[in-house]
Parts: sequence; structure tokens; C-alpha cells
Amino acid sequence: MTDSILDLRAVTREHGTGDALVQALRGVDLQLAPGELVAVMGPSGSGKSTLLNIAGGLDAPTSGSVRLAGTEIVGMSATALAALRRTSVGYVFQDYNLVPTLSAVENVALPLELDGVGWRDARRQGLEALDRIGLLEVADRFPDEMSGGQRQRVAIARALVGPRQLVLADEPTGALDTTTGEFVLTQLRDACDAGAAALLVTHEARYAAWADRIVYLQDGLELATQGAV
Amino acid sequence: MSVSHGILSLLEERPQHGYGLREQFEAATGGTWPLNVGQVYTTLGRLERDGMVEPDGATDAHGRNAYRITDDGRAQLGRWYAEPIARDGSAREELVAKVALAVANPAVDARRVIHVQRAETMRAMQVLTQRKRVASQAGDVAQRLVLDSQLFHAEAEVRWLDHCIAQIPEAPTMPTEGTT
Ligand SMILES: Nc1ncnc2c1ncn2[C@@H]1O[C@H](COP(=O)(O)OP(=O)(O)OP(=O)(O)O)[C@@H](O)[C@H]1O
Ligand SMILES: [Mg+2]
Repeated sequence: MTDSILDLRAVTREHGTGDALVQALRGVDLQLAPGELVAVMGPSGSGKSTLLNIAGGLDAPTSGSVRLAGTEIVGMSATALAALRRTSVGYVFQDYNLVPTLSAVENVALPLELDGVGWRDARRQGLEALDRIGLLEVADRFPDEMSGGQRQRVAIARALVGPRQLVLADEPTGALDTTTGEFVLTQLRDACDAGAAALLVTHEARYAAWADRIVYLQDGLELATQGAV
Repeated sequence: MSVSHGILSLLEERPQHGYGLREQFEAATGGTWPLNVGQVYTTLGRLERDGMVEPDGATDAHGRNAYRITDDGRAQLGRWYAEPIARDGSAREELVAKVALAVANPAVDARRVIHVQRAETMRAMQVLTQRKRVASQAGDVAQRLVLDSQLFHAEAEVRWLDHCIAQIPEAPTMPTEGTT
């Protein structure tokens, strides 16, 4: 499939050597087309975060191929990779990773600014993104002045701001009640309906059920895929 | 599921005939309990016999009789809403029994049984979620909540299946040849 936004082939990832060898991924294939939301489930330690990090170029596979929007990123220079990541990929990390010295709106606008958008325009887009998730009132607060759920939603806004082709979300609903969690899924789903592709790691079936496909990992291997319905 | 209480609840709002009741019942429960008109009239007959409903006297353009709720029917309905329903999980019990039997039977790959069930329940949840999105977009809160209830039940099942997968020892690898 050439029009995949994300195309992983025979991806392996090993840590350590000898007795300490950990095979975090043992040959995973995964393709994401525009508009697709794919959920990754599986027990703790099965390789979900590893898969997500490799998909976004934050970690390199031991072997295999990773194509992002048609470009092979394995072996790419660090600067070229960073530029590709900034323009094409939005991340929501397991621990949401906001910059503590930036306000909510500055955090959301950060990827745009890094990409050369002027601060005025970036701030306007940041405020719009916060408004969409109902958090305009925390725009000028710092991360330690927000609740855990608010921080998490700000992280979602940051991942979705600007023209993202691929959104990678690792347990984005962790600290959220079911209503807010569903709201986050609505946002991801809307981003996909607008043409992005998203990979969502979750251990909660209710959120995985929003996906078009559900990949189940076990011990670094894809055990089963629950296809489109 | 008590069809008779559902019918009493609809009649409490206004008198109606069987066809209208059937339609409303399905709409109110999000299509969860499909009824045929025969069931509705059988139930109405039983309710009339027990004094819970009575003919309204009015007939519509098609000559169909409308029914209205009686005071006894209202009291009965009040008790139904006041008391919790006993949980009847016959399908759930079958699943639990099936998994337990699979685990106890060395000839059966219990993990496989569980993964097959898990995939099926996830598939059902995907369908329910799609229907829920449609209901949400249409602003149909009642239907949404019915679907939510089904989703919470299915979710509990998946959590239990995941728990089972984690508790069952790995399928034994190839038996070593010439074991002592
Ligand atoms: N830097 C590392 N060095 C050694 N082992 C690692 C390293 N990073 C990850 N691992 C191992 O790789 C495996 C997969 O880890 P990963 O973080 O992908 O799991 P996960 O599925 O995301 O788990 P969780 O649900 O707990 O977040 C685990 O066994 C983990 O211990
Ligand atoms: Mg993880």
C-alpha cells in the first residue's frame, strides 16, 4: 500500500544483549491509511509504547522498515527526522509531557512556533484548539496550576494543533472520567475524519471500541487484529 | 426484561393502541428489545385481565382500540421503578462456565477460547460505539444511555477476559522429547 501515512514492516526492537536481551517487538507489520483510527491493546510490557515510539521516529527499530508519509525514516539524519516529526506527527505521551515553564496556550502553540509560525498566529491557533476542548479558561495557567485531567486535555490539544497527518496517543485517557475520556476520543475521531491517521494505545476496551481496527500485542508480537466493522 | 412494565410506563404518559406502543417501546429502548405486535397485544390482554390497563373507549381511524393505565397499574409501575431488578445474567453465566470448562480441560486451548471471545466482544463494542456516535449526533440521549449501558457490560466482560488471559499459565511449549 503506497498511500499509507504509516507503514511498518517486520519491525523488531531489542534491548540489551545475552541474558539481559529483551525482545520488545518481534516482527510487527502495521499500515495506517488516511482517516484510520487504530487501537493497540495488550498486556503491560507487550511492546505498545515501543511500537508507538518507533512509529513516530522517537526510537529506532533494531531491524525492519518504517515509512512515514511515504518516506523511509530508518537511517534518516536526526535533523531531517526532527523536521518531519514536527510537521507531520502529533504525540500524546503516557505522562503527557507538558513544558512546565510554559502556559497551557504556549504549550499548545509550541509545535507551531517550532515550525516557524509567528507567535501571534500560533497563539491564536492555540487558543482555538483550547476552545475546541473546552479549556479556554486555563489558557494562561501553568501545568502545575491545572488538574491532571486538564493537563491531559491540553496535551491532546497540542497533539491535534496544526495540520497533523499522524497522531500518536499513548494512554491519552488515563486520568480522565468516562465523559472526558469519550470527549478525547471524539477529538481523535474527528481528526481522522478530517484525513489524519491515529494510533491509540489503550487498555480500556471502551476507548479501543472507537477504532476502525484493534491490534492486540502480546510479547512483542501481533496476536490478533480485530478488523473493520 | 419486563415488557409489561415497559408498556405501563408508556401508557402512563398517554393512552395508546398496540402499534404505537410497539414503536415507542423500541424507540425508548434503543432497539434493544425488539417486540412484535402480537407480543404487545398478548401483554395488553394480560394487563387488562389483571386490571392494570383498560380500553380507553376511543378508536382511531383504523378502528384500533387505545388502552389507558388504571390506578392499580400505576401502583404496580411505581413499585417496579422503586425496586432494583435482580440481575439475570444467563448469557454471562454461560460464558463464565465455558471459560471455566476450557481452563479445566487440558485438551482445550483456553487462551484461544478467551481470545476468540474477546475479539467478538470487542467487535460488538465497535458496533455499539458507532451506533452511539449516531445517537449522540442526533441528540438522542435516551438511546445513547441504553447503548452506554450495553457498552459498560461488554467492557466488564473484556476486563474479565483480560484478567483470565493474565491468570492462565502460558500454553505449554512443545513437549521435550524423551522426558524422564
Ligand atoms: N530502554 C529499555 N531497556 C530495556 N528494556 C526495555 C526498555 N524499554 C522498554 N523495555 C522493555 O520492552 C518491553 C516493552 O515495553 P513497552 O514500554 O513497549 O511496553 P507497554 O506495552 O507499553 O507496557 P505498558 O502497558 O506497561 O505501558 C518491556 O518488557 C520493557 O521492560
Ligand atoms: Mg506503555
